[in-house]
Amino acid sequence: MATLIEKNTTPWDEVEVDAVTLDVIENAIQNARVQMDAILFRTAISTIIREQRDGFPVLTDRDGQMLAGQFGSPVDGFIDNYDGDVQEGDVLLTNDPYACDGAISHLNDWLVCTPVFYNGRLLGWTAMFGHMSDISGSTAASMPVTSTDLLQEGIVIPPVKVVSKGELQQDIVRMAVRNSRTPDWNEADFYAILSACRTGAARLVEMADRFGPEVLVSAQKLLLARNREAMRELIVATMPEEKVVFEDYICDDALGYGPYKIGCEMWREGDQLIFDFARTDPQSAGCVNFLLNDRMFKMFCGQFMVNVFDPQIVLNDGYIDLIDVRIPKGSLLNPVAPAALNGRTHALGRIFDIISGLFGTANSDFLVAAGFSDSPHMMFSGFNERDDWFLMFQIGFGGIPGKPGGDGPDGHSLWPKMRNVPNEYTEAYFPIRVERFESIPDTGGPGLHRGGNGVKTEYAFLVEGKVSIHDDRWFTYPWGVKGGLPGVRSTKTLIRTDGSRETLPSKIDNVAVEPGDLLVFETWGGGGWGDPLERPYDAIAYDLESGLVTENGVGRYGVVVKADGTIDVSASDALRAKMTEERGEIEPFDFGATLDEIREKCLEETGFEPPKPPIQAPIAAAWARKQKRGSEQASGARAAG
Amino acid sequence: MAYSVGVDVGGTFTDVFMLDDAGGQPLTAKVPSTPEDPSIAVINGIEKVCQQNDIDPTSIRAVMHGTTVATNAVLTGNGARVGLIVTDGFRQILHLARGFVPGALSGWINFVKGKPMAELRDTVEVGGRIGADGAVVRPLDEDGVRREVAKLKASDIQSVTICLLNSYVNSEHEDRVEEIVREMMPDVSISVSSRTLPEVQEYERAITSVANAFVKPVVSRYLTNLKKGLEERTGALSLSILRSDGGLAAAQTAGEYPVNLLMSGPAGGVAGANWVARQSGFENIITFDMGGTSTDVCLIEGGEAQVRRETVVHDVVVRASSVDVRTVGAGGGSIAYVPDLTKALRVGPSSAGAVPGPAAYAKGGEDPTVTDANVVLGHLPSDARLGGDMEIRKDLAEKALTKISEPLSMSIEEAAEGVIRIVNENMFGALRLVSVEQGHDPRNFALMAFGGAGPLHANALGRLLGAWPVIVPRGPGVLCAAGDATTNLRDEAARSLIKLVDETSKEELSEAFDELTARACASLDSEGVPRDKQEVRFQVDLRYAGQSADITVTLSPEDFAKHGIEQAVGRFDELHEQMFNFRLAKAKEIVNLRVIVLGPGAEAVELSLEDGDGDITRAAIADTQIYSEGEHHPGTIYDRAKLLAGDRIEGPAIVTELDSTTVILPGSHATVDSVGNLLIRDNS
Repeated sequence: MATLIEKNTTPWDEVEVDAVTLDVIENAIQNARVQMDAILFRTAISTIIREQRDGFPVLTDRDGQMLAGQFGSPVDGFIDNYDGDVQEGDVLLTNDPYACDGAISHLNDWLVCTPVFYNGRLLGWTAMFGHMSDISGSTAASMPVTSTDLLQEGIVIPPVKVVSKGELQQDIVRMAVRNSRTPDWNEADFYAILSACRTGAARLVEMADRFGPEVLVSAQKLLLARNREAMRELIVATMPEEKVVFEDYICDDALGYGPYKIGCEMWREGDQLIFDFARTDPQSAGCVNFLLNDRMFKMFCGQFMVNVFDPQIVLNDGYIDLIDVRIPKGSLLNPVAPAALNGRTHALGRIFDIISGLFGTANSDFLVAAGFSDSPHMMFSGFNERDDWFLMFQIGFGGIPGKPGGDGPDGHSLWPKMRNVPNEYTEAYFPIRVERFESIPDTGGPGLHRGGNGVKTEYAFLVEGKVSIHDDRWFTYPWGVKGGLPGVRSTKTLIRTDGSRETLPSKIDNVAVEPGDLLVFETWGGGGWGDPLERPYDAIAYDLESGLVTENGVGRYGVVVKADGTIDVSASDALRAKMTEERGEIEPFDFGATLDEIREKCLEETGFEPPKPPIQAPIAAAWARKQKRGSEQASGARAAG
Repeated sequence: MAYSVGVDVGGTFTDVFMLDDAGGQPLTAKVPSTPEDPSIAVINGIEKVCQQNDIDPTSIRAVMHGTTVATNAVLTGNGARVGLIVTDGFRQILHLARGFVPGALSGWINFVKGKPMAELRDTVEVGGRIGADGAVVRPLDEDGVRREVAKLKASDIQSVTICLLNSYVNSEHEDRVEEIVREMMPDVSISVSSRTLPEVQEYERAITSVANAFVKPVVSRYLTNLKKGLEERTGALSLSILRSDGGLAAAQTAGEYPVNLLMSGPAGGVAGANWVARQSGFENIITFDMGGTSTDVCLIEGGEAQVRRETVVHDVVVRASSVDVRTVGAGGGSIAYVPDLTKALRVGPSSAGAVPGPAAYAKGGEDPTVTDANVVLGHLPSDARLGGDMEIRKDLAEKALTKISEPLSMSIEEAAEGVIRIVNENMFGALRLVSVEQGHDPRNFALMAFGGAGPLHANALGRLLGAWPVIVPRGPGVLCAAGDATTNLRDEAARSLIKLVDETSKEELSEAFDELTARACASLDSEGVPRDKQEVRFQVDLRYAGQSADITVTLSPEDFAKHGIEQAVGRFDELHEQMFNFRLAKAKEIVNLRVIVLGPGAEAVELSLEDGDGDITRAAIADTQIYSEGEHHPGTIYDRAKLLAGDRIEGPAIVTELDSTTVILPGSHATVDSVGNLLIRDNS
């Protein structure tokens, strides 16, 4: 637990804040957050931050409760785990997920936390984390799919003061930045994050000047309380007391095991909503573990609910005590340290499908199909034509799921803020040519509202180098809901200059490629929402004409196409009637097939043997034995006593 | 005798501002706008000003015009059907866009994506490829091009855009495709991306070129009709259009690249504000133009508006230079409400618009708007007339406000003041965006308010920003027209040159600047502006190698001749530190080179207003009650038309004129300066 040193230890007085001032302060805090973002993206240098915008700011009260942000507050986990003192002029840095309860979830994310003081008293915090392109470790981009512990994934920076009493600790920056294959990027990105945090801090101080610090601090409390009340009403009104269960999977762990089940039971007790992940599979010996921060999970739940009911709400941490998250230690979502974490992006994304599934089962207003719940990584490194070492790293997008309000867009980001990388930018900076960049027809799940199509990107390599990939949903399907069908799974194909084709696993390190080789990188489609046999003909005609579904693909909508490419309405009506009858009852979810069926067809359909059922990882096994010995000794002692 | 005329077409009124080349006070006229064909009101207005002042229309030498024709075409989706020709493999360039979903986490649940400006059915691919280094990787498949163009020809395509990969480095394939299109579809207008925007990033280049193609036929038709209609009355004249970047361009050039006109309207306001502020002796101002549905703000430093390399119209973002006007989607018509879930007071984003409008306008509106809140507080007197004949009903405004005062358990006045404070906070956010966030201290700027609602809120915003004085010009409606009439001819030419500063020779830059200068001067040459009256400026966009955003540094040709870009590079470090609190010991990269050429502005016209005797009772209309900070205050309503130079008005007070109302808060006062501007300051 951090020791807070304040020059002035008088507690802030609680004062009355009128309702309008409260709303004005809420706006001002939100504006400060937007400004932190703006500074980061203008000044950062790496592709992943400057183009794709993988960096997230937060402003909190003095206890670390998030007032504005996206992913919940990383600050309180940080305070709990930091041993030193914190005083005015300090700025803290870490990238260790195990040192902040998973508020950042892999080593690539560097977290900067700045306490904000006003006349010697702590007023609040600003914090921001951003994805560093490379932090050493065994592969370029520092996300080796075959890693079996955290230390193979790069430099671990425990919580340290990178600025102490206003003095920048150059030695720490030098040390951190030296442990990277992209030191220039990391340095610039680090200063960009620091600059954003300082700007956020300056805004909080200005607000204290403007409204009075007591008013600001009291308003922070009231904003938290107001949010709590809103969420309480929402939870009581929409969530059932009986248990609902939902399960989904991570396809494999790159070591040949999988799929890993993420299983959750949810129920309400009074105004408390409980999530119990006891059904989740044990942690992996490989990299796909996800140290799920409970605050982050609560924020995901809250965001999902307000987006359905009142998107205007600025969410804060006020309601977190209304949600209880139980995750067994040693499971995929609460791994024992130092389990490898770099491939956590798959479980992180899949959590959104779990939330959709649970909420949708509990209350059909919430039901959306399985989404593009991942961040497929494509990494290519080597020496360019100028013989300089390069690292290209980009995150791909896919199909947004069908949803109550309409179709899921093709090839868009499920994450807020993020953007794809301009292909001309890629070609200008890296020895690669992008030969094709488009969404793949028929890959979105058919539905009344269809799922978005996945994306096909064809990368032609201009120099020799190594390719690494992180992706998922090659084995299980992105499911559909309310009669909507599943989307098409992901694939990766390498076409060599001699024309030979090789299917690559969705998670792989260091595939050697030669000039002229072509990687066809295909992401998956979103699931469909609602009955595809009820999708209006004009919507299907638009998709057909636009080439987003094909004449083959429209059959699943019960549509017959005439020779001239237009829809044959009477034949389609008849086909739809027949299909409706044959299909029978509509289930809430369509998972495409059972796990057994998927396994059986795996080799034939994907070119790969199905993964083996997960087994206990050595780190978790050792921990479990120790626990057991400890409790035996304790009970032995009791028996003896 | 020769006259030049500025015309601004607004949503309700078209304003005309006429200057005698020989000097003297400007002449103005106001006529109703004619949205079905805006050129009718332009001609009506010019006829009116001529009639009223007994001027022969043939003595009009030049008409300068800010137009929203291009903007409206984008906003209403009423542009051309555009065919798009792209490189094989990139047909979905506009469909995938940048893959961005607005909103917070799970925001996709509410995201409905519109159709692209050039639809997929109208987008065709052609074989052939240019590499990132400009080399031809695969030759253009000309037979394929002909086949695909034939498809476009078979559809009802009115405008064609060509955007091929890496054309910003080598445009030969685009040029060849253009030839083929011109040959096969001689009647369509064509936009070529390497000319519309010769810059890296294919989506941004494509959307900019497509937007250009989308508005081109509409704008050309409008400009042709307007010129013809004018010349029937005036004889031959020079028609210039105000571009988004605040410079004037000859109508013909403007029609070729209409994507540069998307901010023409707001640019006129900024130019006018700049001109009026100079008359009062202010060179550093922040403009605040608040209308019914939106508010525009812009920062002017040293008499020059900030220009940014992006234009935003609703959800369309294109890469075209525009005065850095930030728009907030809130104005007098924004609706206040209290959501059940949070019991918070929210203002906007929905607006009552013109129909049904604010409740007080008695046109059927029932929701409480910002305007209604101003009426309840006495800021907008209920006997004032908007646009001459519009009645303002306080009882209806009060009734509407109970929709929020009841759930908030407040008095109607408290709720109304709450609405004003919240909307002011949104405005404050926008004003900070152009000032503090760009490294400018707003306390060094005056705040100029115009637009129908700007002067109602300006005093309060002056306090929030610490920007004094708050300037309220005379006849704020005519300001845009004044800007059109008084700004300079301007053109620019730019090119991408992505290269490290250290690897660039002075000769190479010198050659590039020469070539750009020749291009940029061409349109002013053709307007007959002699070279010695053309002011040339060089600009270089710099960044630390690898950054996405660049900072523009301006230098004179003389500086460049002496020092190359060395000084500009030093200035970049300073600006980076000023804006972001840090600099890097890292290589700097040139992104774009640009040459800007300015023609001479209108001859200086000195506005003036008769001196008063200091007794302002001559302008007093009525006593009134003004609610501010929780209390009613007795105050006076004044008639702007009767105020004279040197008058001082103590707050609380209201000053009304035909198309605007100014609030002077308790604790503030206003003086009337020698050119007729109201200058509001706090008493302390």
